Amino acid sequence: MLILLGLVLGGVVLIASKKQLYQLDPALFFLFLLPTIVGDAGYFMPARLFFDNLGAILTYAVVGTLWNAFCTGFCLYAAKLLGVIDERVQADLMDFLLFGALISAVDPVAVLSVFEEVHVNEMLFIIVFGESLLNDAVTVVLYKVYISFVEVGPQNVQTADYFKGVASFLIVSVGGTLVGLVFAVILGFITRFTKKVRIIEPLFVFLLVYLAYLTAELFSLSAILSMTFCGIGANKYVEANISQKSRTTVKYTMKTLASIAETIIFIFLGISAVDKSKWAWDTGLVSCTLVFILLFRAVGVVGQTWVLNRFRLVPLDKIDQVVMSYGGLRGAVAFALVVLLDAEQVRAKDYFVATTIVVVFFTVMFQGLTIKPLVKWLKVPRSTNRKPTINEEIHERAFDHILTAVEDIAGLQGYHHWRDKWEQFDKNYLSKLLLRKSVYRKSELWEAYQKINIRDAISVIDQGGNVLTSARLSLPSMASRASFPEVTNVTNYLRENGSGVCLDLQVIDNVPGSKVEEDMETHHVLTGNLYKPRRRYQSHYSRHFMPLGEQERQDREVFQRNMRSRMETFKSTRHKRHKKERSLKKRRGSDTKDEGGDKPRRNVSWQDKDPVAVPVEPEEDKADQSDPEKEEDVGIIFVARKVETPKQRPKSVPAALDVCQSPSPLPPSPPSEDSHLPWKGGVGSPPPCVSVEATKIIPVDLQQAWNQSISSLESVSSPPAPAEPVHPRVSALFRPGGSRPASYTGPIGAAPAQAPAPAAFCFPERKKKQLMEEEEEEEPGASQEMQPLMSALKPPGAPQAPPPPPVPPGPGRRRNPCVYLRSLVTPPPGGGAGPHSHRPTQL
Amino acid sequence: MGSRASTLLREEEIEEIKKETGFSHSQITRLYSRFTSLDKGENGTLSREDFQRIPELAINPLGDRIINAFFPEGEDQVNFKGFMRTLAHFRPIEDNEKNKNPPATEPLNSRTNKLLFAFRLYDLDRDDKISRDELLQVLRMMVGVNISDDQLGSIADRTIQEADTNGDTCISFQEFMKVLEKVDVEQKMSIRFLH
Repeated sequence: MLILLGLVLGGVVLIASKKQLYQLDPALFFLFLLPTIVGDAGYFMPARLFFDNLGAILTYAVVGTLWNAFCTGFCLYAAKLLGVIDERVQADLMDFLLFGALISAVDPVAVLSVFEEVHVNEMLFIIVFGESLLNDAVTVVLYKVYISFVEVGPQNVQTADYFKGVASFLIVSVGGTLVGLVFAVILGFITRFTKKVRIIEPLFVFLLVYLAYLTAELFSLSAILSMTFCGIGANKYVEANISQKSRTTVKYTMKTLASIAETIIFIFLGISAVDKSKWAWDTGLVSCTLVFILLFRAVGVVGQTWVLNRFRLVPLDKIDQVVMSYGGLRGAVAFALVVLLDAEQVRAKDYFVATTIVVVFFTVMFQGLTIKPLVKWLKVPRSTNRKPTINEEIHERAFDHILTAVEDIAGLQGYHHWRDKWEQFDKNYLSKLLLRKSVYRKSELWEAYQKINIRDAISVIDQGGNVLTSARLSLPSMASRASFPEVTNVTNYLRENGSGVCLDLQVIDNVPGSKVEEDMETHHVLTGNLYKPRRRYQSHYSRHFMPLGEQERQDREVFQRNMRSRMETFKSTRHKRHKKERSLKKRRGSDTKDEGGDKPRRNVSWQDKDPVAVPVEPEEDKADQSDPEKEEDVGIIFVARKVETPKQRPKSVPAALDVCQSPSPLPPSPPSEDSHLPWKGGVGSPPPCVSVEATKIIPVDLQQAWNQSISSLESVSSPPAPAEPVHPRVSALFRPGGSRPASYTGPIGAAPAQAPAPAAFCFPERKKKQLMEEEEEEEPGASQEMQPLMSALKPPGAPQAPPPPPVPPGPGRRRNPCVYLRSLVTPPPGGGAGPHSHRPTQL
Repeated sequence: MGSRASTLLREEEIEEIKKETGFSHSQITRLYSRFTSLDKGENGTLSREDFQRIPELAINPLGDRIINAFFPEGEDQVNFKGFMRTLAHFRPIEDNEKNKNPPATEPLNSRTNKLLFAFRLYDLDRDDKISRDELLQVLRMMVGVNISDDQLGSIADRTIQEADTNGDTCISFQEFMKVLEKVDVEQKMSIRFLH
């Protein structure tokens, strides 16, 4: 895709300027673009897989590339002698060999971009990709040797020079590797001491990996090799040493840089391709080259595979070979090398450039685009993007030990034997040297375990986006935490690694509510004070032609901004809680406001509402340490609101009754209930309009107050024990302020989360069922919750309405805040139709 | 050495082993020479001490378990046939074997048998279940001293929880196979024996 884009862009540039402005500059390419890609590739190279297949990779990289280079060179020369290639191409054997050398190397950039899209299985990928990385040494050496040969003239080359060439190959490759490893050690050693200055960790990673590249380049060693091995070698230690945030930074920065570099390379390739001035076309040369590289690639792969399969544990079958030969993509490296040629020495340079471009485009575009259908058609086993489970981690480790032992028993000095030796060495010396003490003391198994725990947790958060599902979360992954809470410290670990992961309820418990509130207050003060009305909001409203008071508009915009920021931080649990709290408060505020005056809501200024909200706040703060029994009342505060709408009740109450009082353990299915729900049913029905309207005008402080009340509501969602049904209206009357403290939610929410865990551990069968039930119940629960809220939004008809039906807080009342919030924020389609309401999308 | 070993091994024995284990003739003689070199008592069987004398096994965390796996239940000697039978678990599955009609008895190097071998390493009491304690023991062997018992316990809990489908807080062999069904066991439990 990128390539096409590049070509199109190139065309555009050409048409626009009629002459070449940009060119893929080899210096730029080798200094900046290539290192980013190679660094990314090396650093994230699956080391185990790489070394498992090292033999094959090396064979293909060295033997394969040599074979390709020589055969292509000689055959082109033969074609030239036979007259297939035009006379104008002034080149002799050396030139053709040189050309063969640079055109024969499989290009890492192209392979990476194509194969990552194709998702072939890992083994195939690592072989082709590893080959493309490691053949750099071969290419560089061949290229340099030939260049020097061409310079001195073929007739002056002596036998000793050939041996020098072979020797230089060894030096270049081994030297490059050594430089890389040295830098890897340095990098590991440095990151060991960066505990106090986490911020520079990513910098060191980038810097040293890049330095490895530059150093190798400086000594004319294989820079790509050096960088690759630096990445591979350092990865393990660096990843263990640096903090989670640095790890994320490194990962995403590298990936981003690499994709940027890749894009630039292909775009420049496309641009260069349309540059007519540089290249001279010769059909014979182009077609011969194409045929030869394809042919020799295929022959080489088949031949080497045949040899390799005699030694490999997992033989490469025919399909693999087809993909491997077909995946021999040439790319920007070849292009940059050919551009670097000296036109004085190599007179046919222009022809070579043209041919290279054609080859690159043919392989990358035609083969690159067709390889996916080919892979599908051949049914090449695809890679599964699956993370290993803890079982697999453990058992595979056990397998390794078993195999090593059996090899020892059988008296073989096989691969496992050497790997075991290496691991011993690594454990005894390298890790001690390169890893932090704290890290070193941790076991890899333990790390893997924690990683898996975190991953589960994150996925739960991502999917459910729900603090309240932490009960579910604790079932699959945190059961152990429940049984060993003080030691396993998954919680603490999570907290260390970024607040985004702080999903465990215990963490939330521990965070003092006051602090959060303080933060919120600061935030709101800031938004209030720093606020500058922006014109662009005006445009949204201009269609209504409503002369908006400054104050009013400001309120609305602040609110919108808050809502947006809340949406952005939606995934963070803490924010979610606040969000919920806020929105709920808002709702309440709107109610109170409604009661307050009969004038159009729009005109209700926030000062009016102030008195309502303010008394609520302090009370809640004070109530921080109130008794757990209060929780029942709290939940019902909301329910109480519904009482105010006698008109709505006929609609909502039956639905609520359906859910709450149904004798069966499972509530009715969501869809059936949905039909009852006023906010889903009626398009343009009054309540949604009201809600939109109301939320819009809520001032900041009200929102804050709302936060707290919502947090209190949360507690209801997961009641630890079957609380007796409380008369909602009564409680509402008695406790108008919503006395539930925010900090209170935690323990209550956590209690059910932990309670099921041990039980589930003993009876997973039951746990699963429970889980499923929970999930099923979630939606009805949510909708159930909504009813009071929605009804509460109704215009205050009769404040002293008849008591609402008791709402038993049962297990089915687990709410999904996502659903809940969405319904709060997004009015039904008809909502926007209200004369004063604005589309919710602005939020 | 090799020639001496092969003379000690009778042809019919080789044929028998070949049939049972699928090793080639040369592999058998090679392994037989290894066998005899391990056999310090020169009585045609290996004892636990013989295995424990292998220096690399002493540092293998699972060494003792693996040695145990070579011995039939209740015995402390293993003859060459038993030795080969155990090793045969690790013979890679070859292409021609895959295509062949399944033999009457499952070959020793089948996926199931490979897994069974690994399973037996955990299952000390041979009740076809890996209990939490058994898993803990193996984990303890593999992780060294840096991890506390509680941490290890949580790993074990999680492991069992993940694998356990019938709720007995043990991993049965069926569950073991299920958990590892996505793993390329054929590859990861195979050794390339020299020809």
